[in-house]
Amino acid sequence: MKKTLMKGNHAAGEAAVRAGCMLYAGYPITPSTEIMEHLSARMPEEGRVFIQAENEIASIHMVGGAYCTGKRAMTATSAGGFSLMQEFTAYASDAELPFVIINVVRSGRGIGSLEPGQDGYRQSVYGGGNGDYRNIVYVPNTIQEMVDDIYEAFDTAEKYRIGVIILTESSMGQMMEPVIMPDYKFMEGQPEWAVTGTHKWDRGSDGLGLKRKAWAEKMERMTAEMQRWEDSGLEDAEYVFVAYGLPSRSTGEAVKALRAKGEKVGFIRPQIVSPFPAKAFEKVNRDVKGFICVETTEFGQMVQDLAITVKKEFDRNVPVNFYPYGIGVPSVKEVLANYEAVKAGGYKEVF
Amino acid sequence: MEDIVRLSHLIDKPAPTACPGCGHLVFFRIIRECLDELGITENAIHANGIGCTGVHRAWQNHGYVPLTAHGRAAAVATGIKRTNPDTFVYTFQGDGDAAVIGLAETLNAAYRNENICVFISTNTVFALTGGQMSWETLPGQKTTTTPLGRNCDLTGKPMHLPELICEINPDVAYAARGTMNSPKHIIQLKRMVRNAMEAQLAGEGYSIVECMSACPNNWHLSPLECREHIEKNVLPEFPLGEFKKRGAQA
Repeated sequence: MKKTLMKGNHAAGEAAVRAGCMLYAGYPITPSTEIMEHLSARMPEEGRVFIQAENEIASIHMVGGAYCTGKRAMTATSAGGFSLMQEFTAYASDAELPFVIINVVRSGRGIGSLEPGQDGYRQSVYGGGNGDYRNIVYVPNTIQEMVDDIYEAFDTAEKYRIGVIILTESSMGQMMEPVIMPDYKFMEGQPEWAVTGTHKWDRGSDGLGLKRKAWAEKMERMTAEMQRWEDSGLEDAEYVFVAYGLPSRSTGEAVKALRAKGEKVGFIRPQIVSPFPAKAFEKVNRDVKGFICVETTEFGQMVQDLAITVKKEFDRNVPVNFYPYGIGVPSVKEVLANYEAVKAGGYKEVF
Repeated sequence: MEDIVRLSHLIDKPAPTACPGCGHLVFFRIIRECLDELGITENAIHANGIGCTGVHRAWQNHGYVPLTAHGRAAAVATGIKRTNPDTFVYTFQGDGDAAVIGLAETLNAAYRNENICVFISTNTVFALTGGQMSWETLPGQKTTTTPLGRNCDLTGKPMHLPELICEINPDVAYAARGTMNSPKHIIQLKRMVRNAMEAQLAGEGYSIVECMSACPNNWHLSPLECREHIEKNVLPEFPLGEFKKRGAQA
């Protein structure tokens, strides 16, 4: 297979085409719009459906309309656009309707800013809509990984009948990297849950108790099967860094540099943050001095899942440190400087 | 005879959850009769609305999709129809659903001239939530949120959806308003529904049929009084007729 240099958002759109996505409905929002632009040409070329909708509420409901008849469908959005879709994600979760959303996260609240950030974590992981539900959330840190995640996302969504979010960042959408595009694939046959003229939707009218039981079973299965991460140096680590997405690239480099200097640091990079990869922590040195969470939010979002996991994993109170990097992607230098500060006791643990 | 057997699936299991005298069931029965007569029941998908139109179990037994979100039916129907062009797709909504919270979805589907049928059962109130004002509430009508009667100076005048849609997009295939308060009007309404369905089957584009429906519970009238109320008060505000005929030049 040939490697092609592609912009992140274009690659994301193309990966959906390769994965057999039959409908894309979307509404422009920076920094996700190139996905839509790419598909406005590619979907008709492949005889598939592209719709520019009036807003994000309509676009995600078009996705739902297509998906409930067993046709793969997707949308992409960011920030406030994702907020508008929460109405749908709650309804879809209740009905156990699969869907795929690429959330190209940008920084800040409300209109926020266009720079990269990871503020969309909580909204994506915890659903965001009313009711208690989860999505499966992939957090790639290279364009190739993002392409592979999108390629897999539709199968995952259908397997668990759950919403799948690909959480990327604005820089990931805008930057270019070499990628290998996978072969074309399609949904095999018609799923048994698809609505037709003679078959109505099979979930949604059960009692709440039955639904809760079905969801609990699904959560258990999904938590067991969908934990995915990369790690290094955990066995003898005094400090363990935890980061995902673009900050995990600079953190990974910082960890390498520290290891080369003889510092005992480890690294866990979740590739899926929902379900959170709790199994990764079983390998961590029992005498670890602390965890350092690197994420580009203002007050910390993943750090809360990290803290809960650490609390469960260790008998004693292991400090979980967090530095709010805010907007952008932290540099290797910054991560190193903050490591020194944590080591010197200059940082107050947040959990 | 066959028709009677077919229609029985409307009322056998489970029992309808509509109130006695509800206009929705009359309108929906007409829709189902037309589907049966055109032989498309088993190839039809129903994108349903919220409120009373979303809870009646009677119509949840064929091609029924799970998304009962308020007002979004036209967007859901768009997604279904675009990916399943050979399937007959319709929405069944109330006025609070299609003309208020879902106005954006309703108008934009018409604006794009989606090849779907939108059936709106208008009872001039938000019925399931207990009878609040909708955009189609009559001037002076008492509802739980207009206890002194609707004051149009503050709330706007009743919205006329089929007419509005013809303004937004004169190219829609068919737009009409009927009612269910007498046998004569029911026959007329059925002709409208049939026209709308045939328009979609012929690929002519968007069609909308609004039915002025009775809501005895929230109007605080008997079913019989509702019929008279429609004749005397509703129809002068909401004239019956075809606002866009099939094949007519825009």
